[in-house]
Amino acid sequence: MDDTTILSTEGLHLHYGTAHALKDINIEIPEKQVTALIGPSGCGKSTFLKTLDRMNDLVPGVRIEGKVMYRGQDIYAPSVDVTWLRRQIGMVFQKPNPFPMSIYDNIAYGPRTHGTRSKVKLDEIVEQSLRQAAIWDEVKDRLKKSALGLSGGQQQRICIARALAVQPEVLLMDEATSALDPISTGKIEELIADLKKEYTIIIVTHNMQQAARISDKTAFFLLGELIEYGDTSLLFSRPTDKRTEDYITGRFG
Amino acid sequence: MHILFLICGLISIGFVLFISIYLIISGIPAIREIGLVDFLFGQTWASTASEPQFGILPFILTSIYGTGGAILIGVPVGFMTAVFLAKIAPPKVAAVVRPAVDLLAGIPSVVYGLIGMMVLVPAIRELFNLPDGASLFAAIIVLAVMILPSIVSVSETALKAVPKEYEEASLALGATEVETYFRVSVPAAKSGIAASIVLGIGRAIGEAMAVIMVAGNVANMPSLFSSVRFLTTAVASEMSYAAVGSLQQQALFSIALVLFLFIMLINVILNMLLKWKREK
Repeated sequence: MDDTTILSTEGLHLHYGTAHALKDINIEIPEKQVTALIGPSGCGKSTFLKTLDRMNDLVPGVRIEGKVMYRGQDIYAPSVDVTWLRRQIGMVFQKPNPFPMSIYDNIAYGPRTHGTRSKVKLDEIVEQSLRQAAIWDEVKDRLKKSALGLSGGQQQRICIARALAVQPEVLLMDEATSALDPISTGKIEELIADLKKEYTIIIVTHNMQQAARISDKTAFFLLGELIEYGDTSLLFSRPTDKRTEDYITGRFG
Repeated sequence: MHILFLICGLISIGFVLFISIYLIISGIPAIREIGLVDFLFGQTWASTASEPQFGILPFILTSIYGTGGAILIGVPVGFMTAVFLAKIAPPKVAAVVRPAVDLLAGIPSVVYGLIGMMVLVPAIRELFNLPDGASLFAAIIVLAVMILPSIVSVSETALKAVPKEYEEASLALGATEVETYFRVSVPAAKSGIAASIVLGIGRAIGEAMAVIMVAGNVANMPSLFSSVRFLTTAVASEMSYAAVGSLQQQALFSIALVLFLFIMLINVILNMLLKWKREK
């Protein structure tokens, strides 16, 4: 497998007010692979994910030290345009959050915001994104209907399509299946396996089986520290750290 | 004990019914005598002339133009204030602006009228070089300020009720904050914002005291810088001297009935908007 690094951090610390939420995180995330971030609730995995597209900027009282590099560029440098960064690095949230608009308008939101006006071009982007998110066949006859009328699993795939429509390189997924039923979860897992041909995917998950099933690399977080990071198969079969072993064998968490 | 609550509830209903029936009964006779078309579309109001004429089109149009003008000025200002308060203002700034806007709602309308009369009317006279500044324009400005609080507070509440998840999704797609407010938050709050506008219309069309003090009160067909009379002020300014039981007094009741119907219509629209919001 080709292991070009697309995202990396050096000595990353994050504080929320007086809480030290991330401690000295150093990681290199490979391109076009699936990286899973696992760990118990409150371990910092979601916080870490949100440092990668600077969504933590929205939280009052956040302080970040260290470097987060995207293709060799420090994304916290003053010269970086956050909206540019977020076009490169898309995000799918835990709870499906389609806009209260039609399915079409949801998918077209990103491209329209970034200046695409042509109806032909938008039609093309909408169809392509919905196909990539494996939901085209289910919604192609109801593109003008509200996205809120869809099931939770369908809504989440709409959200994935909406993120893909701005043509990002990286897709961050923050427990994107935890609010869904097993069948919908299965569909999204298949989708992830498909999408990694073109995109780098970083997924936060509570579900260790899921991490084992779908990821190439796994990072284990505990109390704000990155305890262990490596190939998923190795991490789950021969963890080097006692705490990783305790966690994956279900002794805590 | 239950009966006491029931009686208290019935008191309000009783008053609404009483006012509605009273207005209809006392408003109909003059319309019958004058004729509905002559009454509603007559362009001349000369209630005390030797050959009296009772056409209220000038009042109807003045009320519509005056309210429309107030909405035209008040809604953009109020809407932007609401977006500012709900989304942009730092908490400390919002803590000053919000009570200030709320205070605006608490100022008695006679005070608006007084300030309008002493400050606004002379200013308009100077600025536009008119013989008298008391005009439709002055009334529009005063009404625009008076409807601000309802527009700001109802729109702000609607904007604040927009789930944060929508805004996060938009920001995560690379939209700026301002793009997010106008492309996601405002459309999601649109029924609440529409309700705030209807509420403003209701407030403006029913206002009498402030308007009577700045509009000049002559029964002209409305134009921006002429002295005009609204539906409300038409009733208020002649009621005190109209002879009891005269056609003039009966016609004033009919004007009140027309005003009442306007306000009922606005309430129906408001209820429909709120229902539409719930169903969504």
